[in-house]
Amino acid sequence: MSLKIVVLAKQVPDTRNVGKDAMKADGTINRAALPAIFNPEDLNALEQALRLKDAHPGSTVTILTMGPSRAADIIREGLFRGADGGYLLTDRAFAGADTLATSYALATAIKKIKDFDLIIGGRQAIDGDTAQVGPQVAEKLGLTQVTYAEEILKVEDGKITVKRRIDGGVEVVEAPMPIVITVNGSAATCRPRNAKLLQKYKRALTPTERVSAGSDYASLYETKEYLNLTEWSVADVNGDLSQCGLAGSPTKVKTVENIVFQAKESKTITADDAQIEALVVELLANHTIG
Amino acid sequence: MNNVFVYCEIEDGIISEVSLELLTKGRSLATRLGCKLEAIVAGYKLDGVESQVMPYGVDILHLFDGEGLYPYTSLPHTSVVVNLFKEEKPQICLMGATVIGRDLGPRVSSALTSGLTADCTALEIGPHEDKKEGKTYTDLLYQIRPAFGGNIVATIVNPEHRPQMATVREGVMKKEIYDQNYKGEIVRHDVSKYVDESDYVVKVIERHVEKSKINIKGAPIIVAGGYGVGSKENFQLLHELADLLKAEVGASRAAVDAGFCEHERQIGQTGVTVRPKLYIACGISGQIQHIAGMQDSSMIISINNDPAAPINAIADYVINGTVEEVVPKLIKYYKQNSK
Repeated sequence: MSLKIVVLAKQVPDTRNVGKDAMKADGTINRAALPAIFNPEDLNALEQALRLKDAHPGSTVTILTMGPSRAADIIREGLFRGADGGYLLTDRAFAGADTLATSYALATAIKKIKDFDLIIGGRQAIDGDTAQVGPQVAEKLGLTQVTYAEEILKVEDGKITVKRRIDGGVEVVEAPMPIVITVNGSAATCRPRNAKLLQKYKRALTPTERVSAGSDYASLYETKEYLNLTEWSVADVNGDLSQCGLAGSPTKVKTVENIVFQAKESKTITADDAQIEALVVELLANHTIG
Repeated sequence: MNNVFVYCEIEDGIISEVSLELLTKGRSLATRLGCKLEAIVAGYKLDGVESQVMPYGVDILHLFDGEGLYPYTSLPHTSVVVNLFKEEKPQICLMGATVIGRDLGPRVSSALTSGLTADCTALEIGPHEDKKEGKTYTDLLYQIRPAFGGNIVATIVNPEHRPQMATVREGVMKKEIYDQNYKGEIVRHDVSKYVDESDYVVKVIERHVEKSKINIKGAPIIVAGGYGVGSKENFQLLHELADLLKAEVGASRAAVDAGFCEHERQIGQTGVTVRPKLYIACGISGQIQHIAGMQDSSMIISINNDPAAPINAIADYVINGTVEEVVPKLIKYYKQNSK
């Protein structure tokens, strides 16, 4: 059977490569110093989706992402690796969303996409590590879920069999589709960009991007439908403004504090042999080490 | 009504450590708020399980005993918790930040439109003023956690929505018996009134769970490595030192992400919280997320070639040098001077 697969993907600041200039002097985040990347576990999810597409000819893989205009990069990155299309959910009203408001927005977009067998995304994003959006989307769509998935073993007769990583072990479960699956970082890494697809999709743009790109390639977008990426606002997905963004977020940030560690009186030594030996002798004498 | 609830996990008839830690925290929150502590255990063949939870000061234990509730699957447990909460209207609900808690918590919060804060490192009760709305609140749950990007800690509140939900990792809260003879009430629920037959859609075909051989939580000495260790090979040096000192090897998230060592060894907000008598930090710069998981160590030694590494501020001894240079010397002089 051919499958209609929606991949949930997020553009995130690369918190794994935090350099010295990642923090400004006032203790806030210097976002400009952090490159924006495809959330790593969402790439693991994309790979699972592409494998299903390989195994079930005629299947389609569609990327759904929410973010500012530049998040269209995520859709293109997906297209370069084998996805068939994508939607960018973008609106100022989505800003400041906690996980619940984010899952509301994604769920309304998925309802608009309507026809799907599988929603798959990373277990969590590296900028929050909450792992909440997948299950919350599933609940809002009234679907069951399999979280912490490591490998989709098979799809047969409307059922999907998944190996998942649980605390201290593994589990294999069978569940009916449609379903929401979140993929663990221990799953297979994503295939690289494909040179042909890169050529094919490098000028794929959202309507907003086309405006700033000027008219040089304007005719392309009339002849090549696949270069038009879809952009949706709150109104486009019939979203209820009171459930979006900051307004739709039950959790509020009360305070954000810079932490100043209570500095201890510390003794500093060098890597000099005599100093290290003296430290070891001291630790042995006071029974800190045995 | 309006009590503090803890969802307890059970594996092989044993209530998990993190659940007992949360019962301890829940007891102190309930006492502070002047309300009751209630616990939920959902599983199969739960006879006698009350003896494991009551000593933590549980006033009401809700038991859901049914064959389809073990092993855990998402929908039946969600229905148990959501439908119970619709009746009981808790003000606070705590869950472990485990695979189960992170599967169940978001679903429950979505169904009840309540907020959920993941991986809290502290929970407190306090007032809140919303100046824009001109409203004041008393006795909200402060959900405190390090926030992305560095040395900042955010306090999150849910002013309007109930329950206020939070997940907490194992080891963050301390487990403590409240009263060995504490007698709470036991309520045995009819599972079929809470869970619809159609919820049992996910079949567990195979399941292998083993107790982890790595026990960094209980280790008296930890030799931990960060990104500054540089490679998987250099991590071998830390293992060598740890073997000598009868210590465990730990790691920062950066070291785990870089593939230097196993995820089970990760220390910090999204890993394990430890309180050893000696913590040797090798090439760890000391992001707040890491420090949150080890700052209660009795003694800290930091080995770092960056004199400005934040971790040095909380260290008792700072050794200025690279891991490759210092660790072999520690090994050498330990061998020479011990016994």
